[in-house]
Amino acid sequence: MKLSSLAVPLLLAGTAVYAMTRKVDVYDALTAGAGDGLTIILRILPALVGLLTAVSMFRASGAMEWLTGLCSPLLSKLGVPAELMPLMLIRPISGNGALAVGSELIRTYGADSTVGRTAAVMLGSTETTFYTIAVYYGSAGIRRTRHTIPAAITADLAGFFASALAVRIFFPG
Amino acid sequence: MTVVWTGMVAVSVLFGALTGRLDAVASAALEGASAAVTLCISTAGVLCLWSGVMEIMRRCGLAEKLARAFRPLLRLLLPQACRDADTLASISANVSANLLGLGNAATPPGIRAAERMARGCGGVASDELCLLVVLNTASIQLIPATVAGVRAACGARAPFDILPAVWLASALSVTAGILAAKGMARVGLCVRRPRRQRRGAPVRRGAAL
Repeated sequence: MKLSSLAVPLLLAGTAVYAMTRKVDVYDALTAGAGDGLTIILRILPALVGLLTAVSMFRASGAMEWLTGLCSPLLSKLGVPAELMPLMLIRPISGNGALAVGSELIRTYGADSTVGRTAAVMLGSTETTFYTIAVYYGSAGIRRTRHTIPAAITADLAGFFASALAVRIFFPG
Repeated sequence: MTVVWTGMVAVSVLFGALTGRLDAVASAALEGASAAVTLCISTAGVLCLWSGVMEIMRRCGLAEKLARAFRPLLRLLLPQACRDADTLASISANVSANLLGLGNAATPPGIRAAERMARGCGGVASDELCLLVVLNTASIQLIPATVAGVRAACGARAPFDILPAVWLASALSVTAGILAAKGMARVGLCVRRPRRQRRGAPVRRGAAL
């Protein structure tokens, strides 16, 4: 039995038992939260229908290969599989777009492949930078964002390279 | 997004025509649309389950515990903003909700903190406000449920086996963001007007301006 496969059931049981001792209605919380999850899915679905259509067309037309080939000399030097270039381009701009591109990569190359894993780690370790900046500064009434965007992009780039690095460390070969 | 989407579709048709793969493009369009629905349905299980677990964690006060544990670190990162108790509470609620992956719960306190920090700054982001926003643009999720759901839907042997890799990548990304924001604030990058906030000046200057 591997530790990672134990983690999920242990976390489930541990949370439930701990919450029960704190007098939380565990089952009610679980179903309420699951309902929230469903609204997330319902919000993603329409965007994903449009975006996965575009991404599939993009791959079938050969444009994806062309883009990948264009970036591979640079990216392979940096240790990032070139297949991930489209994901890195769209990640800061659109959360749903990144989910569409990322899940298409995971589907095409396989969830347990290096490309699929790196795509998943990139999705999990970065955010929709420009959307976040717009939401925060829009409501706080900030017009001059100063070094926010360069610093945020630095974090994104670091996240991309770190994702490729982390996959190589944890899943060698 | 309109430009991105239209551009992708138009480029696909153009490329397909050039490479003679228009048939494949046509079937890919239909296949992509139905794949989106299948993907969403098979992702929904894992995502709903984790949303439920997160809700339990929130209700039993784990999020607040986490928030309290982060206060010393936040005081170190944002010393001026954290002098104000209400701003500190908002920021720590924001960070802990982000950690638990409660995106909907993270944004309102984050915006409240940003509004308080922006007071009296005349629409110019202070160094600390820049850092707060950079922290929010760098993901610090402990359990990325959506991605795990997609991996499960695509037949991963262990959908959550990417967690250590995600944590390492997130930690490096957040560190890079903090260093970049602090470094750029120090060298005074992107400051042109002399109206910038001076080091050590209190954030709450609303009355003075």
